[in-house]
Amino acid sequence: MLTRRHLLIGSAALAALSALPALAQDKLKVLATFSILADFVRNVGGDRTEVAALVGSNNDAHVYAPAPADAKKVADAKVVITNGLGFEGWMTRLVQASGSKAMIIVATKGIAVRRAAGGHGDSDPHAWQSAANANVYVANIRDALTAADPAGADAYRAHAAAYLARLDALDAEVKQAVAAIPADRRRVISTHDAFGYFQQAYGIEFIAPQGVSTEAEPSARDVARIITQIKRQKIPAVFLENITDPRLMQRIAQETGARIGGKLFSDALTEEGGEAPSYIEMMRHNIKQISLALMS
Amino acid sequence: MYELLLAPFVDFEFMRRALAGTLALALGAGPIGVFLMLRRMSLVGDAMAHAILPGAAVGFLFSGLNLFAMTAGGLVAGCLVALLTGLVARMTELKEDAALATFYLLSLALGVTIVSVKGTNIDLLHVLFGSVLALDDQTLLLIAGNATLTLVVLALIYRPLIIECVDPGFLRSVSRAGAPAHLAFLALVVVNLVSGFHALGTLLAVGIMMLPAAIGRFWARDITLMIVVAAASGVVSGYVGLLLSFHTGVPSGPAIILVAGALYLLSVLFGQVGGLVRQALPRRHLEA
Repeated sequence: MLTRRHLLIGSAALAALSALPALAQDKLKVLATFSILADFVRNVGGDRTEVAALVGSNNDAHVYAPAPADAKKVADAKVVITNGLGFEGWMTRLVQASGSKAMIIVATKGIAVRRAAGGHGDSDPHAWQSAANANVYVANIRDALTAADPAGADAYRAHAAAYLARLDALDAEVKQAVAAIPADRRRVISTHDAFGYFQQAYGIEFIAPQGVSTEAEPSARDVARIITQIKRQKIPAVFLENITDPRLMQRIAQETGARIGGKLFSDALTEEGGEAPSYIEMMRHNIKQISLALMS
Repeated sequence: MYELLLAPFVDFEFMRRALAGTLALALGAGPIGVFLMLRRMSLVGDAMAHAILPGAAVGFLFSGLNLFAMTAGGLVAGCLVALLTGLVARMTELKEDAALATFYLLSLALGVTIVSVKGTNIDLLHVLFGSVLALDDQTLLLIAGNATLTLVVLALIYRPLIIECVDPGFLRSVSRAGAPAHLAFLALVVVNLVSGFHALGTLLAVGIMMLPAAIGRFWARDITLMIVVAAASGVVSGYVGLLLSFHTGVPSGPAIILVAGALYLLSVLFGQVGGLVRQALPRRHLEA
């Protein structure tokens, strides 16, 4: 008796499982290369799209290595949204390897490109760090989705308009927060190389520590250089990612009088429930950390 | 010359603190290392250093990189492993070295697991490698206090300790101080390792203990002189290592131990007592 009932339940479950993909197939499958782009796509596409990110939350797209499963994701997608500007160097090969016939969209099309700080003449890909640029991303994504799924054109336009309004509000909010910081204190020392567009748009200067290697354990020379630079340039706050030892940060702060900034998010969102689960929350979090560190 | 040797310490407070920390560490750990070496327990220090990890990790689990939690945890774990080792060696067929090996490996695995549960690999590295550049007031006081305690207790148990190094059977026949002295000594080993792991981390803390002791062995037959040479070479390693780290950008902890290693190699070659070069040179025969 029991076994037969188990069999029935089992087959019912199987039937339900096989029905699931059928439901999902009605949606437009969009693949974004990393979590911030995926967030843009979700906001524009709403219910009509099924969005996946190749490089998920909390993962760094710079050091990402594609896995076989990722080629499958690319092959399945109807639309692939990339950042471009050399951010996803691995993308071309992945698309070729997967044999995908997806529409490949570069979301930064039309953005005023900044040269990277490295001085190699490369373009800086972290364009999303200014909310004004995010508007361009959203417009590009809207157009791409409309082209791939003309039936949803009205929905995409409406969603995008609503989201663009929120981005404008965000832009104003960040500018307001910066305006509240005294002009001579708008400087931080930071190992992040991702805030070039942020600096350009909002006027917070991100100064790189000079001649400091970024490997895990800093030497006495590294610490001495950072301290000297902070003192000489009178930098009010430090955001250092490579020095992960809180005891060492404490020492630097005590010796220079500079304030230690919290964590800034640059290339990836956090999981749901984290400090920066969406683009807008990420930007809010960052400007809050910067204001906290720079307000006297 | 001033730029090279003194300026780093005059200009930067963190360098002064690092220097003070390593000096205190060398003063306490040198003598302990000498006794470990004379009792053929050189590797015990290493094993104990790993045994401390789970205790420090439990401290880390409850209160992050907190000085007192990690110190207390390390002390408890070190003493526990020493005790368990003694029990197993005494009550079963297993010899002391094998018992210690099993317990310290267990400890190490347990410690790495505990740190990983809460923190990241990066946190683990802080615990394993310490940071001599980030000594705050409390840590400095702890290290200096431990060094003082070590020297005082060593002075008190100096006699039985030396006799036990040379002739344990004789000590047992004339005095019952052997066992307490041995236990006190083991406690000192743990205390010094705990000091060391704040500055150099659990992996390198033993370095500032054993390398100077081995150096001392090559320059003196007399144990007092051996201790003096050991402490002095520890001090020199600390000073030169910090300078090396300051001028060349080598990480500080490893730099200190590498300098001690260089001194050791020099001693192996040119040491007055049993150095290779000295052995190779033909010596005059004693004539009556």
